[in-house]
Amino acid sequence: MQTTAGEIRFQELIDADEKVEPRDWMPDGYRKTLIRQIAQHAHSEVIGMQPEANWITRAPTLQRKMTLIAKVQDEAGHGLYLYSAAETLGISRDEMQQLLHDGKQKYSSIFNYPTLSWADMGTIGWLVDGAAIVNQIALQRTSYGPYARAMVKICKEESFHARQGYSILLALSRGTEEQRAMLQDSIDRWWWPALMMFGPHDSDSANTPQSIEWKIKRVTNDELRQLYIDQTVPQAHYLGCTVPDPDLRFDVDTGHWSIGLIDWDEFWDTVKGNGRLNRERITHKVKAWDDGAWVREAATAYAHKQRTELEKTA
Amino acid sequence: MTYEVPDVPGEETEEVAFGFDSRGWPLWEVFVRPKRGLSHAHVGSLHAPDAETAVQNARDSYTRRAEGVSVWVVPSTEIFASDDSESLFEPFADKPYRHPTFYDIPPEVGQL
Repeated sequence: MQTTAGEIRFQELIDADEKVEPRDWMPDGYRKTLIRQIAQHAHSEVIGMQPEANWITRAPTLQRKMTLIAKVQDEAGHGLYLYSAAETLGISRDEMQQLLHDGKQKYSSIFNYPTLSWADMGTIGWLVDGAAIVNQIALQRTSYGPYARAMVKICKEESFHARQGYSILLALSRGTEEQRAMLQDSIDRWWWPALMMFGPHDSDSANTPQSIEWKIKRVTNDELRQLYIDQTVPQAHYLGCTVPDPDLRFDVDTGHWSIGLIDWDEFWDTVKGNGRLNRERITHKVKAWDDGAWVREAATAYAHKQRTELEKTA
Repeated sequence: MTYEVPDVPGEETEEVAFGFDSRGWPLWEVFVRPKRGLSHAHVGSLHAPDAETAVQNARDSYTRRAEGVSVWVVPSTEIFASDDSESLFEPFADKPYRHPTFYDIPPEVGQL
């Protein structure tokens, strides 16, 4: 196979840790991998609004309510940054959205779990956004420029998400017996799904080696998961809580927390669409899109009218 | 998060077509002036039916934490970009004499 100037240039950029930009030549596989990953990332931000929006009207104080609204709005913004990044690769927003609605592009399985109590708002901020931060910090160094820039913007905002979440949990931990029980129950339900967010073990992750070679991924699933476990377990203990893992122990030799076995059957079942809320999440997303059709049509008609009037006076 | 969803073994991955022509709203490039005295800088892009709506959306998307005091939106199609594959900037790579540090000046001369 003959190597073209484009291929040589691409490899030089990757080797030199420089960013690949939209107008550069890139291998088809690189482009496809990125479109898939960034689109799924964007869909996750958008679907991720649902579990938290569920609690906006029932936030316990006005401050918590304003905070939750701001956080949900951030998620919409993160979706936008990511869709924009994906669009630089030659796919349209409409097409990505259609693929999501048709179930042909997925979003993170974490959002197929229900938010049953107010404590879940805290746990999501702390555990789910916490996992997001670990992942996204690594992705700031990803080789595709627009994706890396989106990550930098998103990471600046995620810290607020994690801290407001932990602050909800701190309040509960200093509350009544009932509130502390609600807190522990929430951690018990979210701990394992949060660990699963990092994806299959490296040994079972088919896409990892190529993605690492292209520097799309800079750190493997298991490395990120371990980093996350080490920083999160002491934070659970600080709340006076435990994580639901009888095999959890601190390994003095390695300095790392070691965990029991992850239930991968549950993971794959949710990825395949059989989670508790897969159908409900997409149904709601499609409904929101359809319900908003008149707003988009009105905005388009108004813009058209303004242009026509401008042409008349010109 | 990466929110990276792994392939289910045995399940077909959706092939995406490139260059799909969106019939949606035009794309706008967004420039934000972080504070008075600084230039507007490119921060990203968004879709909107007209310029006014694009400014509104840019405000909500890119200045939620007071990151700006002024916003420009420019239709993406109006931007004419350099062809980066032709080494347009190559002539400047071997002209270090255009930089002050190229010239050795004895320290006794003082600030120069």
